[in-house]
Amino acid sequence: MKFTGTKNYVSTEDLSMAVNATIALERPLIIKGEPGTGKTLLAIEVAESLGMELIEWHVKSTTKASQGLYEYDAVTRLRDSQLGDERVKDIKNYIKKGKLWEAFESDKQVVLLIDEIDKADIEFPNDLLQELDRMEFYCYETGETIKAKKRPLIIITSNNEKELPDAFLRRCFFHYIQFPDRPTMEGIVKVHYPKIKKALVKDALDLFFDVRKIPGLKKKPSTSELIDWLKLLMSDELPDEILKNADTSKAIPPLYGALLKNEQDVQLLERLAFMSRRDQAK
Amino acid sequence: MLINLFHTVRSAGVPCTLRELLDLLGALEKNLAFADMEDFYFLSRTILVKDEKNYDKFDRAFEIYFKGIETLEDIFEALIPEDWLRKAFEKELDPEELKKIQSLGGLEKLLEEFKKRLEEQKERHEGGNKWIGTNGTSPFGNNGNNPEGVRVGGEGGNKKAVKVWEQRQFQNLDDSVEIGTRNIKVALRRLRKFARQSTDYELDMDGTIKSTARNAGILDINMIPERTNHVKVLIFFDVGGSMDPYIKLCEELFSALKTEFKHLKYFYFHNCVYESVWEDNRRRTQERFLVQDIINKYSADYKVIFVGDATMAPYEITNAGGSIEHWNEEPGGATIRRLCDHFDRVAWLNPVPDDHWDYTSSLCIIRELVDNRMFPLTLKGLEEGMSELSK
Repeated sequence: MKFTGTKNYVSTEDLSMAVNATIALERPLIIKGEPGTGKTLLAIEVAESLGMELIEWHVKSTTKASQGLYEYDAVTRLRDSQLGDERVKDIKNYIKKGKLWEAFESDKQVVLLIDEIDKADIEFPNDLLQELDRMEFYCYETGETIKAKKRPLIIITSNNEKELPDAFLRRCFFHYIQFPDRPTMEGIVKVHYPKIKKALVKDALDLFFDVRKIPGLKKKPSTSELIDWLKLLMSDELPDEILKNADTSKAIPPLYGALLKNEQDVQLLERLAFMSRRDQAK
Repeated sequence: MLINLFHTVRSAGVPCTLRELLDLLGALEKNLAFADMEDFYFLSRTILVKDEKNYDKFDRAFEIYFKGIETLEDIFEALIPEDWLRKAFEKELDPEELKKIQSLGGLEKLLEEFKKRLEEQKERHEGGNKWIGTNGTSPFGNNGNNPEGVRVGGEGGNKKAVKVWEQRQFQNLDDSVEIGTRNIKVALRRLRKFARQSTDYELDMDGTIKSTARNAGILDINMIPERTNHVKVLIFFDVGGSMDPYIKLCEELFSALKTEFKHLKYFYFHNCVYESVWEDNRRRTQERFLVQDIINKYSADYKVIFVGDATMAPYEITNAGGSIEHWNEEPGGATIRRLCDHFDRVAWLNPVPDDHWDYTSSLCIIRELVDNRMFPLTLKGLEEGMSELSK
């Protein structure tokens, strides 16, 4: 069982190695990287290429670790008891299984994605130490221990908004997705738009890397923005010359809205373009 | 069994433990990386390093380890064997160059010099005119243009893999140089102290369920006060003059502070804190606050943060009348001392990199005044500062 990327996802050698180590040693893998470099997509593609089911757990600021295990719906049980419902006698009817329980229970090995773990409370990762290490937990209400039948492949993504505790990191493997270099980027574009004209890709990439190089941008455009932008360029069927002549120093790129998500960045670009035009006019 | 690699990586400052080493050995046992340096590099990085800011340290350690530079004797012997130097080397030189070698005192002297510099030098080096490295004009190194030079290492049939860690792509992720509002906020969270105070106005879900169950199912609603951040902060910002290069950094710090703390008061000063400070830079002449009033008004549990480069003439701190803007009756140092005496927790954040601190005498004076509680305005320094404040 080896992961080398899929037809929809370009994986670099180091990323493939990280995923393969995770598969072999059954340890969770933490993925970090700039927003838009395909962290979440990785889990989806790993699941697809290995033919496993994917269970996604999206973490929010209010998510608690215990919600991933199970939740005891005391309120429904209370209401049922007052209405004299028969179900009330079995406490199991009121245990809602969480994503971790689902993953542990599955007969086949699954991929469990814990998305954006840094969004949760600082204590969140600490509360999952035992569960991720031994892949088992105890359900107090029913008195049973849930143990993973097949250790799931756990992929955790983080945007670095909070630092993860050391004890948690010790139990995981780590990979930082670096911003793709040009050849990788060309590969990524090819995967998404196989029919796109080579010339368009070249010009667009030139422009894209130029924009990324501008100092002082609040949010540099990333891979997913490039893909969106190319989609727009293609659907608009712009004549090739527009891109070719659109040197960032002379004019702002066409359909820049897909690349730059920040008003100040757009203004910065406009100002740079204006200054360069003014210099040329002299 | 990779124990040496493990120690090299650890001594480079990458925090990894025995557990990771065992994991790595386990991975090797499963044949994840067999006889391929690049694979092994990726594998060991995945397992041993847990934060991208340590990638650069790891790359350096990896390079050191696999170049076999364990002792300086070794590298010296490995890189320039004696006979190679004598025969091949001298053959390569034309008479003119041979003459130039004499300027350094001949081959013997050159080798000795090389060894000496190797000992002084600890890191990879590029450019420059003294150290051993690449593209420089020193007599030692690679790709250089000194005719008396000795070429060291480099070229050869290195695999692509060697380049991966030699490139040190992660250099700028190291050492918390990058600092932004978001990062600052995360660092500031260390200061949070949540407490439930004031009146009850939030539904206590767990409490309600528990007491309702205890009440045999008859609803019993419990309320609790909302959790709020109870840290109180006073900030003194240095503005103008030498602080101008740090405006962007200070702006980011300021905006992070403003959203993070509910109880926040800020004042400005110029160079050194004197008997009065101001709250609005546009009205700094009309509206000033006496430091004594601030001490009287705010209780000792307020955390005080100074932000300034502490770079000025020493007399601006130590002498009465030292201020460059007005006549101060009392030296600025005394005012700072009084603030430190009144408030329990004080930290001075300094945008000047901390390796330059010792060269500025005013900075040393201020540092002493705040009892060494000065921290560089980097993420790491900020974290240290916040943990000092929250002690």
